[in-house]
Amino acid sequence: MIQFLLNQQLCTEDKLDPNLTVLQYLRQRGRTGTKEGCASGDCGACTVVVGELSQGPGGQPSLRYRSVNACLTFVASLHGKQLLSVEDLKHQGHLHSVQRAMADCHGSQCGFCTPGFVMSLFALQKNASEPCRQRAEEALAGNLCRCTGYRPILAAAEQALSAPAVDRFDALKADTMLRLQNIAAQGSASLQRDGTACLLPTRLDELAAQYLAEPSARLLAGGTDLALEVTQAHRAVPRMIYLGNVAELKGVTTFDDRLEIGAATALTDCYPVLAAEYPDFGHLLQRFAALQIRNQGTLGGNIANASPIGDSPPLLIALGASLILRQGTRQRSMALEDFFIDYRATAREPGEFIEKVIVPRATAGQAFRAYKVSKRLDDDISAVCAAINLWLDNGVVRQARVAFGGMAATPKRAYAAEAALAGKVFNAATVEAACAALAGAFTPLSDFRASREYRLHAAQNLLRRCHIELTQPKVATRVTDYV
Amino acid sequence: MSKHAEHHSAEQMAELFRQGIHTGVGKPIKHESADKHVAGEAQYIDDRLEFPNQLHVYARLSDRAHARILRIDTAPCYGFPGVRIAITHEDIPGLKDIGPLLPGDPLLAIDTVEYVGQPVLAVAAGDMATARQAALAAIVEYEDLEPVLDVVQALRKRHFVLESHTHQRGDSATALATAPHRLQGTLHIGGQEHFYLETQIASVMPTEDGGMLVYSSTQNPTEVQKLVAEVLGVPMNHVAVDMRRMGGGFGGKETQAASPACLCAVVARLTGQPTKMRLQRVEDMLTTGKRHPFYVEYDVGFDASGRLHGIALELAGNCGCSPDLSASIVDRAMFHADNAYYLGDATINGHRCKTHTASNTAYRGFGGPQGMVAIEEVMDRIARHLQLDPLAVRKANYYGKDERNVTHYYQTVEHNLIAEMTEQLEASAQYAQRREAIRHFNAHSPVLKKGLALTPVKFGISFTASFLNQAGALVHLYTDGSIHLNHGGTEMGQGLNTKVAQVVAEVFQVEVSRIKITATHTEKVPNTSPTAASSGADLNGKAAQNAAETIKQRLVEFATRHWNVSPEDVEFRGGQVRVREQLVSFDTLVQLAYFNQVSLSSTGFYKTPKIYYDRAQARGRPFYYFAFGAACSEVIIDTLTGEYKLLRTDILHDVGDSLNPAIDIGQVEGGFAQGMGWLTTEELVWNAQGKLVTNGPASYKIPAVADMPADFRVQLVENRKNPEHTVFHSKAVGEPPFMLGISVWCALKDAVASLAGYRVQPNIDAPATPERVFWGCEQMRAVVRQPHADTAPLPEV
Repeated sequence: MIQFLLNQQLCTEDKLDPNLTVLQYLRQRGRTGTKEGCASGDCGACTVVVGELSQGPGGQPSLRYRSVNACLTFVASLHGKQLLSVEDLKHQGHLHSVQRAMADCHGSQCGFCTPGFVMSLFALQKNASEPCRQRAEEALAGNLCRCTGYRPILAAAEQALSAPAVDRFDALKADTMLRLQNIAAQGSASLQRDGTACLLPTRLDELAAQYLAEPSARLLAGGTDLALEVTQAHRAVPRMIYLGNVAELKGVTTFDDRLEIGAATALTDCYPVLAAEYPDFGHLLQRFAALQIRNQGTLGGNIANASPIGDSPPLLIALGASLILRQGTRQRSMALEDFFIDYRATAREPGEFIEKVIVPRATAGQAFRAYKVSKRLDDDISAVCAAINLWLDNGVVRQARVAFGGMAATPKRAYAAEAALAGKVFNAATVEAACAALAGAFTPLSDFRASREYRLHAAQNLLRRCHIELTQPKVATRVTDYV
Repeated sequence: MSKHAEHHSAEQMAELFRQGIHTGVGKPIKHESADKHVAGEAQYIDDRLEFPNQLHVYARLSDRAHARILRIDTAPCYGFPGVRIAITHEDIPGLKDIGPLLPGDPLLAIDTVEYVGQPVLAVAAGDMATARQAALAAIVEYEDLEPVLDVVQALRKRHFVLESHTHQRGDSATALATAPHRLQGTLHIGGQEHFYLETQIASVMPTEDGGMLVYSSTQNPTEVQKLVAEVLGVPMNHVAVDMRRMGGGFGGKETQAASPACLCAVVARLTGQPTKMRLQRVEDMLTTGKRHPFYVEYDVGFDASGRLHGIALELAGNCGCSPDLSASIVDRAMFHADNAYYLGDATINGHRCKTHTASNTAYRGFGGPQGMVAIEEVMDRIARHLQLDPLAVRKANYYGKDERNVTHYYQTVEHNLIAEMTEQLEASAQYAQRREAIRHFNAHSPVLKKGLALTPVKFGISFTASFLNQAGALVHLYTDGSIHLNHGGTEMGQGLNTKVAQVVAEVFQVEVSRIKITATHTEKVPNTSPTAASSGADLNGKAAQNAAETIKQRLVEFATRHWNVSPEDVEFRGGQVRVREQLVSFDTLVQLAYFNQVSLSSTGFYKTPKIYYDRAQARGRPFYYFAFGAACSEVIIDTLTGEYKLLRTDILHDVGDSLNPAIDIGQVEGGFAQGMGWLTTEELVWNAQGKLVTNGPASYKIPAVADMPADFRVQLVENRKNPEHTVFHSKAVGEPPFMLGISVWCALKDAVASLAGYRVQPNIDAPATPERVFWGCEQMRAVVRQPHADTAPLPEV
């Protein structure tokens, strides 16, 4: 049985298929405002907002509203949360201020994407205090509109954030939190039907035991990729264990020499500390899928998924990150580059899962650059992702760690290029040697994203770009700086 | 008396009369459904309450590009509980082909399949998942045949769906031979997925006498009605089609909506149960046609100013596997191969190449954009060759007002605004200053380069199949003064219903809140043309105006009798009617008219005047008028990776006297964005087996919010009525702004060309993906390394 609030209504569900998505759930109940545009998390027409208990800036309990794609969210993961869909915003016949703004600014044409935009704007209003074009673009990057050209929607964002009034959700905040706390106090839960199950442990040891007992179960973190198996590949997932309620897997702890990131920490929550430590990591995370995905997707999930085009692994490999893996009561540590064995295959043993990601902190002389090349700037998958981590000492490369995504069957470290750099004067000749080494070590594929020749040229040029940035800082090198 | 009628004092009535209405023609009122859109209350077909016993229909698609079907066995489908029926073409009661004009589009494959994604069989079950599983369990055996997948191969083999066609004026061969300069080249122009957010959908309820009530997300209810009747073998009067709104259309629901509706109807006939078919996104992208990719060969002769002496153009449209609307689409590409330019002696050949891919179809601009991209490439190429600013070459070739003003299909370009609009935009966008600033920036920026382009749009308005330029409307006035409005156009987000309601409001001088806009329905207005060719408001607005004027005329006649006044004494304004010195409310007049047995309902009709076209001679006036526009875009590119960003776009666009400036600006901005997407990030890629591999939004990238220019300045041309007698002298706005996006493509090439001192035009096909921009940069770097002897020395950078 799971429990959640649908707006203010307590829903107790014990007969739902654990493979049911929130989008299907809403529409089957006649809440048809939430639309299916793609069922793959790429268009945002199904955007809903999930309210979740969290910690405020001072550590006090708080309620946090975030946008997610209903098509990628399994209904079981709602346990202990509040779900808001577009129907919940209008109150007593009056449009919510974000709805009013969209209508006033001519933000809808065909109207099909509009409920998703409204919900993204609602979440933005709940998380931003004043108008900011960059934040609005970030909030809306995962919502596609084919009609308007977005200008009026950005105008609506500005209007909605210019006069944020206290709404009904603010007024009911304390009550909502209390009701969610009551659900949370019940501890672990599960949703089961006809032999299909999703377990919802709340403690790490409980999760470890459950997974060891059923190593064929699928771990459900953000679900932004796993859900595609159900909605796109049409394969049922008979057994899932949801990680999102295990507090020990969430959050970032900063030590003198390292960051420890719980594997189930949403990418949105990884952003502040990673961006502060490595600004380029932050820049890349801003272009990592879209906000709805980053609100759900986790750093551990992006690693364990082992896609050759996942965006965080190349960066983490270049930074020398390692994993704490857990199997039952056993813990072991592994360098991240050793974790990826082959195309979508990892060193994870049956019943073993990622508990933490350890990222070394920046040290003196270190320069870290990360680049993502994709067809569309936002919400796209990398053709090439490059991460270059150098320690420079008086113009000499003391140490180099370089890794690429999109260039091989796995996220891959560029050992030959590193060797060409290490110990050398960091000049054009050295960089050219590294570029040549790259050509020898990588044979990327051609696909619809890019040709192999382009991938290789781009990868080499990203090394050159890094050299320009570090040696001629006044030279403009990034189109993304032009906003 | 109506219970809802408002009662005003004499003073209030006088004030209302003085003010006039606030929501009539020319007012920027919001979309009639805006409040419903934002609240999630606007209903699309999948949101309707479902009928009891409804079946979901799922079509099994071909996974072969070209194959003979050896065997279909649907027996395994019935092994899934909940499956009601599995059908093949043999189960279709009536005609099996749903081609809109010519056959070639079997509802379900008959002997062969001609593209990956073609429907082969269909299964209906209680839920979509079961129907899908069952359909995939059917056994289909194929014998592969050789496919033609490449447009150039099709052109060389003359593998066509229809005969080629020629526009000719003068003697282009001689003009080319004698021109001071001559260039030849080729260009590939990509297709485009519509990516309407609402995928294709239909829902069908069987009615008595073998009839059907069809809810279809279609731009062409009459054609769906006709095709449903044909596949069932019943007269059209047995089929009703209802269409309240589409979640986007863009041409993609002009012919492509018929297949789900017809499959639903066949299953409904065979089972007696209501049916629904909604395509999943991937299936929609695989099975439906797209914008035609084109391959272009040009041979152009010009003088030292860049002015054309003559041109020979081969425009080869990739039509996919069947004719669909390709006859008119390739024609429109030919009609727009001049864009805003006088071509001199011209020979334009249009070819309709057949490939084993989904049959390409209508898409905003309908071939026009492809023709215009071709001539814009030629303009840029000439400019590089002569080392002139591309804008100077464009202006040198603009149609004149009194001379050089006849197109290659012998229509005189009247009321030509392009020169003055260009001048205005050049000034407001500070083209010259920014051109200079960009040269400076590029000289000091080794990695990033900026580019700038100002491109014009001249787009012909009217269906080129002249008979389609007709429309009907139906207006009822009820006794409480409320108004029911229906017309033959369809609402797909473009604000057509809002505009038509404003027209009716203007005629009756009442606010639009009094007018109920209802679903387009074939039983209310029959024999409608598709809502296409930007014609929606022009045609249906006029028809609705005609209906409203008819009723108004009756009211005026009644008033003259009733009050014994002359017609000049009766004036409608601000919800009031002045009868000489006396004011009566509109409601009062309506009630009086009713009690005096005046008909308060009327149809309306309109047909476009002046147009004719003799296709055999390739001469005539196919367009009632032209709409104009101009855009100036500035981009920045990364020469190391080809990545780019659009920095600023200035647009000046001509809509005549706008019916609704807010809606028109929405069309301009949205059209620009779509055109830009077509030419930049939207890349359709097929694999070697002919399967579309960019078949979802994860792989096919339409513009997202950050792709729009941070600095976006859009203006409508002011104080320019359409000189033709269009509805309140407005101009059509649906398609023309799409081609403003060409400015971005040209700006990207301008930025790339800067790498070689603007001496060489980079070969960048459309769409200019980052990868193509990168290869363009490589080409320029190669030019710099090995400059040709016959080109000027590089300027200092």
